[in-house]
Parts: sequence; structure tokens; C-alpha cells
Amino acid sequence: MSSAAARALGLFRVLDDRSKADWSLAPGFTRELGLRAYREMKRLRVLDARMILLQRQGRIGFYGAAHGQEAVPIATGLVLEADDWVFPALREQSVMLVRGFSLDAFIAQVFGNSGDVLKGRQMPSHQSGKQVHQVSWSSCIGPQLPHAVGAAWAMKIRRAPSIAVGFAGDGATSQGDFHAAMNFAAVFKTPAVLVCQNNGWSISVPTSRQTASETIAQKAIAYGMPGVRVDGNDVIAVYTVLAEACARARRGDGPTFIEAVTYRMGAHSTSDDPTRYRTQDEVDAWAKKDPVDRLRKALMHERWLTEEDDAALESELTREVADAVNRVEALPAVPRETLFDDVYAELPWHLEEQREELMALHARPALG
Amino acid sequence: MSNVRQLRFREALREAMIEEMDRDERVFLLGEEVGHYQGAYKVSEGMLDRFGARRVVDTPIAEGGFAGIGIGAAMMGLRPIIEFMTWNFSAVAFDQILNNASKVRQMSGGQFNCPIVFRGPNGSAKQVGSQHSTSMEHFYATIPGLKVIAPAFPVDAKGLLKAAIRDDNPVILLESETLYSVKGDVPDNLEPIEFGRAQIVRPGSALTIIAYSRMTHVALEAADQLATEGIDVEVIDLRTLRPLDEETIVRSVQKTHRCVVVHEGWSYGGVGAEIADRVQRLAFDWLEAPILRVAQLDVGMPYNATLEQACIPQPGRVCDTVKRLVFRET
Repeated sequence: MSSAAARALGLFRVLDDRSKADWSLAPGFTRELGLRAYREMKRLRVLDARMILLQRQGRIGFYGAAHGQEAVPIATGLVLEADDWVFPALREQSVMLVRGFSLDAFIAQVFGNSGDVLKGRQMPSHQSGKQVHQVSWSSCIGPQLPHAVGAAWAMKIRRAPSIAVGFAGDGATSQGDFHAAMNFAAVFKTPAVLVCQNNGWSISVPTSRQTASETIAQKAIAYGMPGVRVDGNDVIAVYTVLAEACARARRGDGPTFIEAVTYRMGAHSTSDDPTRYRTQDEVDAWAKKDPVDRLRKALMHERWLTEEDDAALESELTREVADAVNRVEALPAVPRETLFDDVYAELPWHLEEQREELMALHARPALG
Repeated sequence: MSNVRQLRFREALREAMIEEMDRDERVFLLGEEVGHYQGAYKVSEGMLDRFGARRVVDTPIAEGGFAGIGIGAAMMGLRPIIEFMTWNFSAVAFDQILNNASKVRQMSGGQFNCPIVFRGPNGSAKQVGSQHSTSMEHFYATIPGLKVIAPAFPVDAKGLLKAAIRDDNPVILLESETLYSVKGDVPDNLEPIEFGRAQIVRPGSALTIIAYSRMTHVALEAADQLATEGIDVEVIDLRTLRPLDEETIVRSVQKTHRCVVVHEGWSYGGVGAEIADRVQRLAFDWLEAPILRVAQLDVGMPYNATLEQACIPQPGRVCDTVKRLVFRET
């Protein structure tokens, strides 16, 4: 088997079954990175749990958690340079938190209130932040992949040293936009890294009903670019593979496609009940490979983290998230008159008229 | 005083692109056959030689793909011109235009913009069958966030395309295969033409015909025929479908009291329906007859030449419709 095929068909891991790291495979990974990754992954888990609770209590409308899939977004946030761009799918919003986007503004997007940079216009879990170079994913599944490649291509045209990273789930690999993005990325030799988080399920449809390929990574070979299959629950392995792909893109050697094999521990979203289509045995088996637990064990093996540190971190993060939710929930609603802003670069006369009509209507108390 | 030259429609479009690409290095052209082949309809002839393969880019066959590539590049600050070989094929890219290009500014709270031009021939050509002959304007004109332009003359094609490239919003430019060779006067040093301004291309008093793109020429032909029978109609060429120049339309109908809309797209939910709504709402007291529409027959376009011509609005059908409103025997 060629080495290219081996990378696409195998599974790159740094952590073994007992969560002990083989550091010879991850030469760039430091103690500092390990602790930072752990804090971010753990914070994301606390945040997701809190958001799901809020949805159950009717305080927010919708949420899509990353539970079980924290390694990929957090590793991405740690790998990228400030000028690089992120085009996430549903479970990679948190990349922006690692890159400096405020937790309050992130949560405000879920509430859609006046603290929301998006002014209450986008569905929850579709955050974006221009200052941290992250756009929103597209609800249609896949369209953000050509955008990522277009952005990468723009960087190439401008001879900028930055790269773009685009994400998709296993379901999105069935979509035409996936094909177009992979094909353009390779033909135009763009500085793009495309990442598929294969979490086994597209809502209720298993990966085996999305593709007859042995692996998703192997599809890259047909497009003419390297495909790398990595243990998506091993944040050190994910970081290592991403760093290599980003360096390759930055050198001008073209795109890389990464399949991160992982598992969605929770529901697809708050609108979904996974007990209707998958077994508890399957969930239990994956729970043993939990990415946060594995990193914790790895850090403890190295004596970089103690039980006491971990407990203190847990309560610190729980408090951080609870405080942020309290602050954000108290913010006022987005004013009605902003409804017409940003439809166009300028406010056209017909929207000015509609705004006046709307404001006049709500000025009458009986109707407001 | 500036000189005036006779240019074909395709040359006017090409000049607009070349001048804007000379002026702004962020502008580039992306599409199928735009480079080595010089454009499926030779609109981009010579541009690959002039600007090189970085800025005149032949793409793989994937309308949805290259529309998305353009949107990604536009979000990064470039100003792409995307050529569709025909607007029919834009259906494959509809998600990218509807759910991404038109919404990205609004959904992102104004953080991102998408300064992109989508252009290519719209509507029928000559016996190219149903899947090459759809008039797509009403699909796009209904979408907030987009601007939609449909010029009839070379000068407007050039001036509006220049404005489209400089615009900070996504713009849909609807051309017509049968107009590419049409000649017209174009002054040198033409400035961009502001969107949302219709023009009266023939003044008259008996009735207002509203048209755009190729149908402006059909309306003018009908107006000539009607004039020989003593019916003096006014013809408005919309140029822009969104934003729509209500003022010019309403003022004309207030003068003529009658109105016919001529367009190639299907009538159901079409641009004519929108115009009829505005005219009845804004000029109700001036109207002396119902507003009628002359549109493509409500069928897919046939290949057979006779059947095809029967589907497309012709001057004769326009004349008949006008006469019904001015109470003349048809």
C-alpha cells in the first residue's frame, strides 16, 4: 500500500488505549498547549450542557452541542494564526472562543438579544465574528465548503500568507458542494484545509448510508490531494495533523483533506431524540473514548494536571459560564428599527418606508 | 466633448469589465469558458491575454461550486464577476445566491459583505429548447439583498455593469443572447449608470408599455406599428428590476391612464405582477382600464421554431393587447 493510501485508510493516534501519549508522534505539542486545550475543551463541555439546559427550560430556542466532538474545534483554534479564516459546520463554532471571541457575545448569539453581534438575525449555533476571522456556517449543509476554498483562493491571488479551513460533517460529503469544493481546492491548488468530522450519524442516518467508501479520507486521493484519517477524539493527534496540513497550505503546496473519526455523544440538536435510532451500547462504547477524559488522563500521566487542579478548573469554568449567562440574559432585546439594517450596504427607500410603517404601528399601544 | 462610438452589446459589456479591472485590481472574472474560449458568447474576448489566468479564470463545470468560490472570495474583499453560460444554469447555484450571497450581510449583523456580480444571458435565444430558455428574473427579483438589472441597449449594459462591479451588494445582471450583436451608441468615458432609474425610450400619450431587456425592443417595434394606426404609446425601459423605479412608471401612467407590461418571463408571480400591483396601488385614480401583461405563454419553451415564436411575446401580440385597452378593433 502506498503511504498516501495508508494515511487515508489508517487512523493516526497519539494517545493509546490507556490515554498515554507517544510524544515521538507529536513533536510540536507542549505542556502549555495540553493544558490550554484541556481548559478550552472542558469549558466547551460546560457551556454546551448549560445551553441545553436553557433550551429545556424554554429560555433559548435551539442549540446544537459539540459534546464528544470538542477535540477538533479546540485543536483548530490552537493551530491557526490570527490572519487565517474559519468556515465551520455545526459543531465547530467554538473555534472562535479559542481565538479570542468573548464568551458573553457567543452566548448572546444564542439568546439573539442586543448583546449579539448578529443582531438577533441568525439561528443559534450559527455564530460568526469578523474580528476573529470566522464566518457562520450555512444551514443547507455544505455551502460553506466552496466559500472556504474561495477564501483560500482569494488569499492565493493576493499572495497573502494566510489559509482558510473549512468544515463538514460526514453527511455533507454526500452534498454537491463537497465535491465542488474538493475539486476546486485541488485544481486551483488553494491554501485550504478541509476537515470532515465523521461522527457516525447525520441526524438519524448512519455514515454507511452516506457513502460506500471504506473511509471518507480516501475520497481525497481521487481529487488529487492528501487525505489523512485521524482519531478525532485524540486532541493531540488532531492538532498534529492539522498543524502539518496548515503548514503545507502555507508553503503553497496545496490543500489537505482530514477525516476526524469521532462520535456525537448527544442529540443532533435540541430538536432531536437519538434514542429512536441508535443503541445505548454504541453510545456507551464511545463514552469510553471521550476526548476530554482522554486528554485529562494523558495530562495526569505526565503529572501536568492533578485531581485538585481538575476540580478547581471545573468549578471555575462552571462559574464563568453561569456568570456569563446571567449577564447576557439580562440584556435588552434588539430594537425593532434595526430590522431593516444590513439588508443592503445602504438603506433603500422602500425599506425606509417599511421601517416607518412598522414603527408607527408599534407606537400605537393596542397593537404593539 | 466626448466621442460617441457604435458598440455591440457584447463589446459594451466587455469594455465595462476591462475598465473596471484596470481601475480596481480586486475585480476578476470567473466562469465556464471565459478564458481560452473567450466566453461562450465572446463577451470576454481578449480578456485572458490582457489580464492573465489569475484574473480571467476558467472553472470546472460546477455552477454551484464557482458561485460559492466567488462568494467566499467576495467575503474576503475581492470583487468577483461570475459568468453563467446561461441564467438557466444558475438554478444549480440558486442556494448559493439565495441563502448565501443575498443574506450574508444581513445574517452576520453587517459584519460581512458580498460585492459580487452574477451575469450571463437570460431567457430564450433561438431554438435552444426549454432548459436553455427560461427567463429567471422573477426568481431573483423577489429576493431582498439582491439588485437585479436587465438592460436593453449597449450604453446601459456598459454603464450598469460598471455600477454593478462598484456596488457593495450582490448584483444580478440579466443579458440576452439575442442582444449580444445589437449595436448602439456608447459615449467614451461613460460613467456608471445609477440603479433604479427607468428611461422613457419613446414618449407617447395613449398608453404606457413597460418592458426591459430584449422586450424593450419588441415594445418599440409594436409602438412603431401602433403609430401607423394613430395610436401613440409611451415605452418605458426599466433597466433595473430591483430597485424598481416606481416614480417614472407612475408618472407615465398618470399621463396615459393605461398600462401594459411586456416581459419574457412567465406571468404567474412575475415582474409584471409586481408592476401591476404597484400601478393599481399608486395610480388607481388615474387608471381607465385594467393593467394587462404580455408574457411568455405558461408552458416550457418548445424547440420548434414556429412554436417557440408563438410562446415569446411578439410585436403583434403587444399591439393586440394595447388595442384592447384603447378600445380599437384588433
